[in-house]
Amino acid sequence: MEFAELIKTPRVDNVVLHRPFYPAVEGTLCLTGHHLILSSRQDNTEELWLLHSNIDAIDKRFVGPLGTIIIKCKDFRIIQLDIPGMEECLNIASSIEALSTLDSITLMYPFFYRPMFEVIEDGWHSFLPEQEFELYSSAISEWRLSYVNKEFSVCPSYPPAVIVPKAIDDDALRKVATFRHGGRFPVLSYYHKKNGMVIMRSGQPLTGTNGRRCKEDEKLINATLRAGKRGYIIDTRPLNIAQQARAKGGGFEQEAHYPQWRRIHKSIDRYHILQESLIKLVESCNDQTQNMDRWLSKLEASNWLTHIKEILTTACLAAQCLDREGASILIHGTEGTDSTLQVTSLAQIILEPRSRTIRGFEALIEREWLQAGHPFQQRCAQSAYCNSKQKWESPVFLLFLDCVWQILRQFPCSFEFNENFLIMLFEHAYASQFGTFLGNNESERCKLKLQQKTMSLWSWVNRPSELSKFTNPLFEANNLVIWPSVAPQSLQLWEGIFLRWNRSSKYLDEAYEEMVNIIEYNKELQAKVNLLRRQLAELETEDGVQESP
Amino acid sequence: MEHIRTTKVEQVKLLDRFSTSNKSLTGTLYLTATHLLFIDAHQKETWILHHHIASVEKLALTTSGCPLVIQCKNFRTVHFIVPRERDCHDIYNSLLQLSKQAKYEDLYAFSYNPKQNDAERLRGWELIDLAEEYKRMGVPNSNWQLSDANREYKICETYPRELYVPRIASKPIIVGSSKFRSKGRFPVLSYYHQSKEAAICRCSQPLSGFSARCLEDEHLLQAISKANPANRYMYVMDTRPRHRVQSWWATQKDIGRIIVRISSKIWNDEKIRESDEKKRLNAMANRAAGKGYENEDNYSNIRFQFVGIENIHVMRSSLQKLLEVNGTKGLSVNDFYSGLESSGWLRHIKAVMDAAIFLAKAIAAESASVLVHCSDGWDRTSQVCSLGSLLLDPYYRTIRGFMVLIEKDWISFGHKFSERCGHLDGDPKEVSPVFTQFLECVWHLTEQFPQAFEFNEAFLLQIHEHIHSCQFGNFIGNCQKEREELKLKEKTYSLWPFLLDDQKKYLNPLYSSQSQKSAVLEPNTVSFNFKFWRNMYHQFDRTLHPRQSVFNIIMNMNEQNKQLEKDIKDLESQIKQRKTKQTDGILSKELLNSVRPESPALKATLSLKEQALLPVNNVLRTIEGSSPAANRYSEYADEFSKAEPAVVSLEYGVARMTC
Repeated sequence: MEFAELIKTPRVDNVVLHRPFYPAVEGTLCLTGHHLILSSRQDNTEELWLLHSNIDAIDKRFVGPLGTIIIKCKDFRIIQLDIPGMEECLNIASSIEALSTLDSITLMYPFFYRPMFEVIEDGWHSFLPEQEFELYSSAISEWRLSYVNKEFSVCPSYPPAVIVPKAIDDDALRKVATFRHGGRFPVLSYYHKKNGMVIMRSGQPLTGTNGRRCKEDEKLINATLRAGKRGYIIDTRPLNIAQQARAKGGGFEQEAHYPQWRRIHKSIDRYHILQESLIKLVESCNDQTQNMDRWLSKLEASNWLTHIKEILTTACLAAQCLDREGASILIHGTEGTDSTLQVTSLAQIILEPRSRTIRGFEALIEREWLQAGHPFQQRCAQSAYCNSKQKWESPVFLLFLDCVWQILRQFPCSFEFNENFLIMLFEHAYASQFGTFLGNNESERCKLKLQQKTMSLWSWVNRPSELSKFTNPLFEANNLVIWPSVAPQSLQLWEGIFLRWNRSSKYLDEAYEEMVNIIEYNKELQAKVNLLRRQLAELETEDGVQESP
Repeated sequence: MEHIRTTKVEQVKLLDRFSTSNKSLTGTLYLTATHLLFIDAHQKETWILHHHIASVEKLALTTSGCPLVIQCKNFRTVHFIVPRERDCHDIYNSLLQLSKQAKYEDLYAFSYNPKQNDAERLRGWELIDLAEEYKRMGVPNSNWQLSDANREYKICETYPRELYVPRIASKPIIVGSSKFRSKGRFPVLSYYHQSKEAAICRCSQPLSGFSARCLEDEHLLQAISKANPANRYMYVMDTRPRHRVQSWWATQKDIGRIIVRISSKIWNDEKIRESDEKKRLNAMANRAAGKGYENEDNYSNIRFQFVGIENIHVMRSSLQKLLEVNGTKGLSVNDFYSGLESSGWLRHIKAVMDAAIFLAKAIAAESASVLVHCSDGWDRTSQVCSLGSLLLDPYYRTIRGFMVLIEKDWISFGHKFSERCGHLDGDPKEVSPVFTQFLECVWHLTEQFPQAFEFNEAFLLQIHEHIHSCQFGNFIGNCQKEREELKLKEKTYSLWPFLLDDQKKYLNPLYSSQSQKSAVLEPNTVSFNFKFWRNMYHQFDRTLHPRQSVFNIIMNMNEQNKQLEKDIKDLESQIKQRKTKQTDGILSKELLNSVRPESPALKATLSLKEQALLPVNNVLRTIEGSSPAANRYSEYADEFSKAEPAVVSLEYGVARMTC
């Protein structure tokens, strides 16, 4: 195994670990193929286990013989290790660097991880497309499950099974695929049971400069319209960007060719713009000394909340088209793997009560992110401390989670899961012992044989002992559509993510516990009252029997 | 009544404040002697007290009518469109008159009648007894005594009659010092920390242009430091930014020796704080060794401290800017944050908080007494003294204790409520949101310490409502002397008993008197801990609020739990009763019938089955203001044909006045 080659010094004694809000811990540092471990070897001190894949960047400093390594993690945590001995320190640093930037996916921890828990339900089979389609039973007359992409040959980033209009056959789909970016022909994303309207998503149409058209494409999306009804196309790019895309062979749906559709352009940013936004935001949150003006201006300059607002607004608009206008919509940007998925998945959170349950949300992530081909491997390769500035690194998924958190904050009782669930998903998207977020699409996951070789995140999460940590005690199923406010005054910095390591949350945690206690106590009392009432009623009937003769 | 020409106008439109497509509700506008009332087509009422009106503006005539924009001191903004210009003009003129009274006697409090008799009213006024409060703190004692120097308001008109001063400070010293201090506001006790034996004292600035020093004042300060056996060193905190008092500082420099100057910024930095601590110890060691300072004089055991809180004019325009930004239609995130920054509002809040923390630390960590002053000693000084006491003493974090704190540091020590809140038609330059800032600081503390306060946000909002409402006598007038002359206790009612009667609404369900009981609160003032207080500045803009409130649910649940506990007791006793009866076997039909109607507890529990078991859910299910149109996601709203059901409620239940 080549890990041993990378680990120059596997063990150093007398290393001191510094973390904010915790006392320093002295202990032995060990490097394994996948973990950095610091153990004080005292019973009551917890050990630090850090996945190498969670390390975003490291800095080294030397003061005399004492070396210091500052480790910046993808979950934004920063820890400091004081290592006696310059050589040891250099060795450790270069080992960490090598181990945290392994090229081959198959060397990642999920391929080595052996679960210590009993698997009750295999998460790899928890959300099969067939099962999901069955939930749309009322849609069966108009939609069908197509296996045209069984071999990933029509669209490499689509799953083998997709839902398409019944009236369109697989041959037509193949033709449409050639007209859409990345072969991403329009597929069903969400079926609104209330009125039978749908959200479809796709890649941009490849109209190019000469306005190419594709009859099958037009037929496909028109097949989703009811007689005399209009639909909406939401292009997540501003008009000028969409126009520029034509020069590169892309483009947008021309009114002339899609007369029954009204196009709306929004402007959701992508790629490095989002990554830079994240870098600025995290940098500002980590600065404890800046004055108020600087903090506010940096918060503003990061543009993070502007992105949140734009994404949420677009999702609300999509939901509004569906629920209030009774119109079907098609959503796409350029590739249809980033902003498109943010919008389709958030619209479902707003419209569909099921997606606000734990299982429903997992299904949503499986369907709208993993199977829909959001390139997790690329997007989550680096986080806020990276300096590689690769175009494909982008916190698209984190922005989505942040938007969900914003809605959760405004409707704190309408979600079955709590904030911790979202934080957990963020962590696992960037570094995990599970195979769920590995690879960029189903085709890659298939080739990697993840189902056979790794454990699914859902296998672990969906065990009762884990679920209890992620369950919202205030949850009361709410079957309504939930419309969040997108005013700047209503949006907030997600403290649970961005200030998580920068402040002590002791008092807030205690208050949360107290809240849970009140709720638990309430349940207890209600149960007791019901029991006593039943007893009393029984006694009364007994009395009645005694009296009647 | 002579101001009211039109009492009722129909077909008035109330515009949605933030709607870009001019969404509106149509209804009828009524003008009464005390309120402006709008009733929309859904019979929803919007009450606006005349005293709450900060400004009325008549905009240029439009095709749909004449726009009338009313901004209120409780941050409600309403935009009416009156169909006929003449009506609009009449209402405009009436409101101008009614919202700015010339005489105290015309304020609402003098006509407000909550149907209480004189004895009840008087009892209400006696609810908060400051003598009792000083006793609770532990004064008078061997070091502090009640002075009768100001019994007739002879020394200082803006102070209360009863003042606590060091026992060794004689009357001539007090009189001398009062002549040296602006408006005669000489150093007096504001809070005494019993276990630390340290005191918070307050005063106004020394008179500039006066001769270089005042021996009596120096004696009085020395008496304060001597009254603290735990630590002879004391701090003098000037709450003003240094650049604004340079001239005064120069004279002060001549008077005394400035030993250590610490800026509040440095105080935040742990390391520098430590080195500062070392310096202080060194200084003490030097003194012990007889080396002393360059010039040991009467002020030598005093450390001067500046904390930069800006003056009332800066604060007024800061709030103005904040409100302008927030009132913008279609506000972008960037404009919001740059507006928040340029308004400086949160910076000012942080400055007040930092000052209070400095004060609390001086007492809690060093057992040092602190003398706080600003210019006149009734604005910034009140903020810092009251907030500092709140950090130190958990009593002030209870509902009653908070009332006491306001009575003591704000009302009795002459914070000029009437001028600062603009109760009467007076100098607009005297208006300033000093007390609002205090409430906001407290709110920030409740956010950081969710279990440390007995009261909730609604309590703070309600108090804010009433400092402007002039419905109760507490906040009318500028000092105690004025209040006595106005005979407020005879002619008006006190707010506090009404708040106490309604206590349920203001209780914090998470309050834990145990966990932070004796604890000094040590808030973290890193900038990111300060957030925009949406529920204050957008109290009436329901569309901006979360649609479900965890807080309300927990509050209801807490109430419900109490009821359930009672039910369980009732049920258990009934069951027990029945069981004994059964075993006795002498249960006759007549007896049963006579028992049944007399069992209200049972009835209550039965009806509870249908209602009380579900109230929490019912609260949950009403999701107010939740419609896409209310949220303005898009300019395409016009495209969408269907009219939205208007669910925008402008009434925030919590802040509804008790009238």
